[in-house]
Amino acid sequence: MHATPTTRAARQQARRQRARHSIAISATSTGVVIAGLAVAIVLSPGWRTVRETFFSWHYFKQVLPSLPGGFWLDVQIFLVVEAIVLALGLMIALIRTVRAPVLFPLRVVSVVFVDVMRGVPLLILLYLFVFGLLALGFSFIPSDETILAGAALVCCYAAYVSEVFRAGIESVHPSQPAAALALGLTRPQALRHVVMPQAIRAVLPPLLNDFISLTKDVSLVSIFGPLEIVRIAQINADQYFNYTPYIAAAAFYLVITLPLIRIVDHMRSRALRRQNALVLM
Amino acid sequence: MSAPPVLELRGVTKFYGEREVLGGIDLTVEEGCAVALIGSSGSGKSTLLRCVDLLEEIDDGDIYLDGAAITDPGADPVPIRRRLGLVFQAYNLFPHKSVIENVVLGAVRAQGMAHGDAIAAGHALLERFGLAGRERDYPDRLSGGQQQRVAIVRALMTKPRALLLDEVTSALDPELVGEVLGIIAELKGDGMTMLIATHEMSFAREFADEVCHLDGGRIVERGAPAQIFSEPRHPATQRFLARLLQGTRG
Repeated sequence: MHATPTTRAARQQARRQRARHSIAISATSTGVVIAGLAVAIVLSPGWRTVRETFFSWHYFKQVLPSLPGGFWLDVQIFLVVEAIVLALGLMIALIRTVRAPVLFPLRVVSVVFVDVMRGVPLLILLYLFVFGLLALGFSFIPSDETILAGAALVCCYAAYVSEVFRAGIESVHPSQPAAALALGLTRPQALRHVVMPQAIRAVLPPLLNDFISLTKDVSLVSIFGPLEIVRIAQINADQYFNYTPYIAAAAFYLVITLPLIRIVDHMRSRALRRQNALVLM
Repeated sequence: MSAPPVLELRGVTKFYGEREVLGGIDLTVEEGCAVALIGSSGSGKSTLLRCVDLLEEIDDGDIYLDGAAITDPGADPVPIRRRLGLVFQAYNLFPHKSVIENVVLGAVRAQGMAHGDAIAAGHALLERFGLAGRERDYPDRLSGGQQQRVAIVRALMTKPRALLLDEVTSALDPELVGEVLGIIAELKGDGMTMLIATHEMSFAREFADEVCHLDGGRIVERGAPAQIFSEPRHPATQRFLARLLQGTRG
């Protein structure tokens, strides 16, 4: 007994139909969920008050012009802190991976530094740096709160970033430095030309993730008074008894962080595809 | 007075922890000769090659390159490694570098060759071994056989005194083995001195000047290929060859 052979055109037709079907289902379910959420929020007993205190168009327009200046301060702090974090984090990671006996004391210091910085809440670290360091009264310690708070951010994030770099270095298979050494490269040369380029490529997504966290944690310096965007929003909110300035400030952050988040996601899926391709090879 | 052998091993011994992986290896590779190391996996062939290239430290004995001891524990291994070429079973090309960058890295960084000269020399070698036009490709775009040929070119770029080949065809699909063995045969014709760990018995039989059978970290039998393959004397060698023969039949 023979069934009718299925033609290639029929198979493609069926495949297209399946694809259309699943797109329709996902579109419908997304619409239902979003509409449901919207309806639930709007129908909630307190929606009127919430809309007034958080999403007031009037206050939004009023506060908007004062925000870009504050945000620019955040961006500046972020850029300086991030540059130092990358350099310091890389240095700590190298100290912890290179096995030269000369570096032993530095290695101990690095381990303690990373453990403590990762183990203490950032907020406490900020208080310790700003108030504690100032109280020491040394003339060489800057009295600018922004700089001291920036130093606290540097220490906290350098600890995390050093761990990211270290994971990257350890992810490079030992056969790679072996091949470099076999060519007659010295250990530092093997590290620089063979290990590090591969290590950094491997950890770009987690590195960018820490980058994104830092953009937001920069706003913590507002505790100490500098007029950055969250501080300005807070002053306005207190003045008008309205939280809309915070929403406006959040919008500024989203403009920066959302694209970064999308980039990380894209890099992740691309790395995953490449990895799978390698396995299949 | 004749020149000293290119490579000479005397009583080379290596432990991994308590386990002896090489137990007093004596071996001589004369100028222009190819010595094949055969033996089952774990017999110590790869370790022996890694020890000769000073990627592993030996625990006893000495290794001589052109008559000079290279295994002095106080000596810097880097200049010695620059005089030897090692090719790995799994190619170990640098995935973040293109073919030509893989090939010139050692010549430029380790040998101090000018970048332009290295590129020219690399092009010439790649062309000679059938890889012209692949210079800009990354290793993952190449077949296994092509990758291994690039790895051989990379090792040749530093003009080694001797080439150490570690199972260079074991990771290849059977139809790609020929293109790599062809190169090695060609290098043998050029007079390259080689120490080859291999599973390719037909190749060892045809091109090796001497075959050594390693079993449990010791050379249990050595001799001309014809003798080893036709009338092995040591029972371990007889068993090993019988197993191989069964494998190829099955």
